This record gives sequence, structure tokens and C-alpha cells, in this order.
Amino acid sequence: MRDSWPTIHFTINGQACAVQAPPLKRLLDVLREDLHLTGTKEGCGEGECGSCSVRMNGELVNSCLVPVLQAEGAVVETVEGLATNGKLHPIQQAFLNCGGAQCGICTPGMLMAAAQLIDRNPHPTMAQIREGLAGNLCRCTGFIRIFESVLAAATQTPEPAPEETPNAR
Amino acid sequence: MSTTAKTRIVGASAPRKEGADKLLGRALYVDDIEREGMWYGSTVRSTIPRGLIRSIGFDRRIDWSEFTVVTAADIPGDNRIQLIVADQPCLADGQVNHCDEAILLIAHPDKHKLRDAINAVHIEYETLPPIFTIEESERQEQIVWGKDNLFKSFLLEKGNVDSVWQSATHIVEGEYRTGAQEHLYIENNGIIAEWSAENGVTVWGSLQCPYYVHKTLIKIFDLPDDKVRVIQTETGGAFGGKEDYPSTLASHAALLAMKSGRVVKMIYDRMEDLAATTKRHPSRTRHRTALDKDGKLLAMEIDLATDGGAYATLSSTVLSRATLHAPGPYLCPNVRISAKSWATNNVPYGAFRGFGAPQTIFALERHMDEIASALGIDPLDLRRRNFLHTGDTTATEQLMREPLIMDQLLDRSLKESDYHARRARFARENPTSAVKRGIGIACFYHGSGFTGSGERILNSLAGLDVSPQGKVRVLVSNTEFGQGTNTVLTQIAAEALGIDYDDIAMAAADTGLVPNSGPTVASRTVMVVGRLIERAGLQLLATLREQAGLGDKFTREEFFAACERLRAIKGEVVSLVRYEAPPGIFWDDEKYRGEAYPSYAWSVHMAQVAVDTVTFSAEVEEYWATQEVGRVLNPVLATGQIEGGIAQGIGFALYEKVVMQNGHMANNQMTNYIIPTAEDVPPIHVFFEEIPFKYGGYGAKGIGELPHDGPAPAIVNAIKDATGVSFNSIPLLPEDLFAQLASRDLSKEHATL
Repeated sequence: MRDSWPTIHFTINGQACAVQAPPLKRLLDVLREDLHLTGTKEGCGEGECGSCSVRMNGELVNSCLVPVLQAEGAVVETVEGLATNGKLHPIQQAFLNCGGAQCGICTPGMLMAAAQLIDRNPHPTMAQIREGLAGNLCRCTGFIRIFESVLAAATQTPEPAPEETPNAR
Repeated sequence: MSTTAKTRIVGASAPRKEGADKLLGRALYVDDIEREGMWYGSTVRSTIPRGLIRSIGFDRRIDWSEFTVVTAADIPGDNRIQLIVADQPCLADGQVNHCDEAILLIAHPDKHKLRDAINAVHIEYETLPPIFTIEESERQEQIVWGKDNLFKSFLLEKGNVDSVWQSATHIVEGEYRTGAQEHLYIENNGIIAEWSAENGVTVWGSLQCPYYVHKTLIKIFDLPDDKVRVIQTETGGAFGGKEDYPSTLASHAALLAMKSGRVVKMIYDRMEDLAATTKRHPSRTRHRTALDKDGKLLAMEIDLATDGGAYATLSSTVLSRATLHAPGPYLCPNVRISAKSWATNNVPYGAFRGFGAPQTIFALERHMDEIASALGIDPLDLRRRNFLHTGDTTATEQLMREPLIMDQLLDRSLKESDYHARRARFARENPTSAVKRGIGIACFYHGSGFTGSGERILNSLAGLDVSPQGKVRVLVSNTEFGQGTNTVLTQIAAEALGIDYDDIAMAAADTGLVPNSGPTVASRTVMVVGRLIERAGLQLLATLREQAGLGDKFTREEFFAACERLRAIKGEVVSLVRYEAPPGIFWDDEKYRGEAYPSYAWSVHMAQVAVDTVTFSAEVEEYWATQEVGRVLNPVLATGQIEGGIAQGIGFALYEKVVMQNGHMANNQMTNYIIPTAEDVPPIHVFFEEIPFKYGGYGAKGIGELPHDGPAPAIVNAIKDATGVSFNSIPLLPEDLFAQLASRDLSKEHATL
């Protein structure tokens, strides 16, 4: 039966990969079990907590709700892909400086949500930060240090020229 | 004194020690660990709250030869999970006393086959009548535990309350209730276990207290100390919820490992974790309070009852802390507290941040506002007239020797919140607005460390060693689960030794490696264990100076060179120290009198709440927390503790309702057990007043639990301030607000809606 499972091709953190898996296997489980990328965590298994957040084709998704078949041909990014050459991504560095991570279990998903937020809107307001992170539950921090982290990372992003404002969608 | 000396590292916001690993996604939580040939375990649980097990049947559609099945009969030692009382079976043997009680365990190499197999185990019961409430247990018509359903009772008496009622100008009574609360750590409980005849039992898992699990496994397996090893993996939140339950889960996984001969992993999913593991004790507190004509307290009579669930677990110690926090930061000459923890057929309740204090502080601080209303005085004035001061004695007749600055904390809160101007604005705006705003206050303390003689009984041992590779290791059994143990103990070690933060590592929380420095509970780590590490560091420096020629001033290289000279003499470089109680401590466990805690953290919380009289939602709009927690050793981490505790407290007050149906949690999903999100947490303003505590690590007191104590009363007092309506029970969801507010004239007053 294993041999009859389809091979699903996608890009993970910039690298092409092929996984033979039941098509309805959760992307979360494929990441953790088949690709051994255990940075992505399961908190609830029903799309409520956001711990399993990854980016797929530039959208933030709960990987516990994505059958791997949907990832065919997709570009998938996880927490393991944030740092480059061992250097923390600015949002990771901001979390370290500002106390944005405590127990760390929501952190990978929270970082993906925060990275997505800043990519879309490099200079978010507090209201936009709250909205952008509303799908990611943290039980430790009360979110305030996380908001501070996002603000700190955002201020490192150069102000775009007005005509290039990328958050107009 | 170290508490007043200038420090290099302590007091600075050193970055989280294990922060990079967590941020890069490479920190290994238990479910991230795979072992060759590992099997997976799961649990068959009772579907009824109380009854006798008549038969256990195994459906033949399953090939059971593929599975390992464990029942109570497979337990080599004593079938008891003992925290305090030996009453809770590891696996039910003949009788179940709550829903979701573990009856048997199964394991299989393919985890996807477990669910089907669990459903193919058929258990027949002879049901017994269950009880689910404090009141049913008190009536004692059904005895479900011991002779009388009573896990524990305390009577605390100061002076003579009965002498006061006749002459008091005012007597105010009230009854207050708090609901169960789920920890909702984002990482569910999980354990990996290995067994061999040669090495005994080894477990890895998400847990707070390695030596608690160790103690349990020794008894379950009837093994000597050195044949049980417990290793904490990175732990994704705990909040007390991984203080006692991991002892049960570790036993289960290890039993499966022994019988299958395989490494076995057991990871709960969210529904199982919510249904089967401990929660905060529901409580009922009755107050009867006498005051003189000036609003000074004359007598407090407090009757406290908690629902402990089906087994004793930690109910007696939770009750103790609840009792000792019930009278609050006030001076009262006559106090009587009668406290009882009752058995029911609910899932056992256990430790949760605050450990009983949030329950009784909710009651008292709500009651203070009710007293103020009854007497027609300002709630702030009532509190000020009765605050404890240095030189006063508490309800246990503990003399307050240290500086005690409740007035100062209150003044700071009023100033920072611009309290009076805000209230004046709400008084103007509320009459014409559908949204009513108010500010509520809560004043409270939290005792740091174990209660009474607890720390002396723990007799913690902790220290440091130095490896030949030139790394200092902190040797403690205290665990990191987000609160900052690794970081702050590293700061303390670096400070004491005079070397860099990066030269210190934390030894793994592994009972095979580290001494028993006590559990990671009770806001004790930095104050008690931090002090041990400070002393161990200073002791090592003294030894290096006396025996290895280390100079008064030294470089990093000179320090490690001296360590190697000491190693040449002694064979090892290690410095261990044992707990020493502060002088003058006296505690009478019988009469509940004396030094209840070595120190107290003090706090004033203020909440601004908006109540929407159309939707009946209550929103916390802004929050101020002012506290004296001794010296703050890491401001970013300390602030994060306060903010996180407040968010949990907001959930306790306004969002988190455990819905029980016939003893089973009906809303055991994140979809319908709601915790505060990024959109629900208000701006939180955190202020510290620092008074170093002489016997705490570099002057620190406890901080972790304190912030959970204040939000519920502050918020519900704010709702009263906003609406004029008293709510005496939490959680307060919109439907609960609706039930009381809809019948009032609030909407009529604003007929323009």
C-alpha cells in the first residue's frame, strides 16, 4: 500500500522535495515525520491555536488543516527556513531581545505569523499587529512582549518610498 | 551584603538562555524526539463518573497479538500515585471514581491503529451514584472518599471573632465562587519511557518536577533509587499543570515499555489532555466581616470550601495556601478561617499558578468592595484604613519584619493610571453611553516559597560544577518551562563567580545528574534555589582562593586555570550547598500559627473595563500592575511573568469556563474553551518597586504566581464600578452578564439604543 501512495512534490524552505504519503496526511505530520522538521508544533489539531502555522505560497496556513495533497507544487516555508547561514532573522532577533518567547512552543508558529505580518506590512500599527497575530495563541507571555518584538523588528525595516507601499492589496 | 552590592549581570535583561534554540525551532520537546523501533501508547478511560468495573472485553475484530495491553495487574509495585495521600490508583482496579480515569493501557508500533483498538475495548460497569458539587459532598449522603468525603480541613484562629459581633458597628456578609480553570499550556502532556532489567526505568518528558516523578516510579515499579531516571525535555508551558500529572503519565508509559520491551511514547492530544488532566480547584468562600464606625476591620470570619475532585492529589496544600491568602494584606485583630477541601467524582483538581490564592483573593477583594458599598466609603479608603504595615502581625500572627509598602504601591497605581481623572470621565460619559466603563482595584500578597516548614522539609541541595572543558554547570532539579529558570539561575551563577553569562551552562534536569533542589513550584526557584546558587558560587570562589591561588581580581582565564589546579588537588570542581532557613522562623503546623512564608510579594492591580450593555461583553481596556517582588533580577523576564499572569487572570475572570456534563468536560477543545487572544489582552503597564529580600537569591522574592492573583477581583470590581451591579461568581461570560444585567434598568436608562 505504501508504494501506491502518490508522490507529492513541493518546495520546502527553498529546497525541492518529494514525499510519498497518503494524500490526506496532514502537512503538519509530513513536515514533522517525513521531513523531520520538528520546529513546527501541534497544539490543538483543529486550527485554533496556530502553533503549526507555516507559509504556503506566501499565505499563512495552519498546517494541521492542510492535506499534503494541497501542497503539490507549493512553496512551503517553516520556522527552520527563517534564519540564513545561522544568522537569526530580524524577527527572531527581536523576539530574543524583547522576551517574545517564553516556553517556546507557540514560538515557531508565532514567528511565521509575525514574519508574514511584517512582509505584508513592514510598519504595522498596534491594532494591525493584534489582528495579524490573533490566530496564534500564546499562554505564557500575555502577548505584550510579542507585540514589542514585532514593533522592534518593524522599526528595523527601512521605511519604503511612499509609492511602493506594499501593504496595499 | 550581596543584596545591596552593585552587580554586573543580575538586574540586567540577559537574553533567554535557551532562546536561540526555541526561536530556530531546534529545541527538542518530547514529541520531537523519535527513537528507533519506538512504539506508541494510549489509554482506555472510564466513560462513567463512578462505578464498579464488572468486565473488560476485547473485540475480536482487532488482532490483539499485535498490541501490548497493560492493566493494574501488571504493576510490579504499589498501584498508587502518591503526592501526599496514597489514594489514587495508577490504573483503576475494580472501581472508577471519575470520568476519564485510566483503566488500561495499550501500545502498538503504528500510532494510527491505537484509536480503533481503544474503541474495541468494552468495559461493563455497575454504576454507583456520583456527586459533582461541594454542596453534594458536604451533605455526605454519598460518601465517595474516605469516611466523610473530606480531603483536608484547616482552622486558623487569631483573637476571638465571637467577641466582636455584638459590638460591631457594621457586619457585612458575602459569598463568592470561582470556577475550574484549565492550564492550557500549548504543549500537551507527553512522555517517552524505556525499560530494561539492567537499568530499570528511564523517562523523558514534559514536566515540572523530575524528583516527584522519580518518587512515584520507584513505588510503582518497586525499584531502588538508582534504577529510576527522569529527564525533563523542553517543556511547552506548565503553570502547575505539569507538577503532578506527569507522575501518572510517566508510570503509564513506563509500564507499557516494560511489558512491550520497547521504547514507548505517549502524547496526549488536546481533547484527552483537557478531559483527563488536572485543573484549578473550584471554590466557594463565605465572608462575615465586622467593622467599627471608621471602617476599621474588627473581625473576619471566612468559610472556605474547595472541590478537590475524586482523589486527594495536592488538594490539602492548595487549601493551605488558599487559607493563608484569604485574609489579604490587611490588619485584623480577630480572624477565624475554616477551610475544607471536599471529594467529588470530578476529575481530580490540582496545582495551578497561584495554588488556591487566586480563589480566596477573588473572594476577599470582591468583598472589600461590597463592604465599601455597604459602609458608603471609597473602596480605596477602606483598603488604606486597613493595610498591613511593618511591625503588624498577620492572621497567623507572623510579625511583618520587612518593609511593607502597600500605601506606596497604591499611590503609584493611582498616579500611573490617572485613576481619579479617568473615573471622573466615566462618571460623565457612562449615563449617555451604551458602553459603561469602570476601574476596579485589587490589593494582595503572594507568599514566596513553600508554606510554613515546607522549605525546611524539602532541604534542597543545589550547586555548581566546572568541567575540564572550561564550562561551569548549574546543578539543580529546577526546570525551565518558559518562566526563565535557565536564564536567571545562569545570571546568578555568573554574578557570584565573577565570570561571563556565556561561561555558564545549565546541567540537564536529569535525576541521574543533578541533586534534588526541590520542585519548580510555589514561586520558589529564584528566591530559594537562586540563593543556593549564589551561595554555591561564593563558596566555590572562596575555595579557589584558599586552595588554588585565585587572586582577589581575576580574568576568565585565571578563573578556569584555578579550577584546574583545584581539580588536580581534589579530583573534581564542585560546590554544593543545602537550604538554610532564615533565622527566627517559627511555624506551628497544628495551630497554623507563625511564619507562614519566609517572604511575601505585594501588589496592587487596576483594571479598566468596558461593559457593552447591548452585547453584554466585558472588555478589559487597560491594566496597571504595581508590585514589590524584592529585587528584579531580569526586568524583561520579570515583566513577561507579570503580563502573562495577568492574561491568564483575565481568562479566569471573563473567558474560561469548564463545562461539565455528568463528570466529563464537555468543552474539551480549544474551539470552545476560550483563552485570551492577541486581540483580548489590553495594554498592560507594569511597575516594580524594589526592596531586596535579604535571604533571596540576590535579593529576589517569588514572582511567578503573584500576577494571577489580582485580575479576577480587579476586573469584577471594575464591572461593578461600571454598572453598579455586583457579580460574585466567575467566570463571567456574556451570558452570565446578560443574566443579571438584562433584568436591570441599564437599558431603560439609555432608551436611545
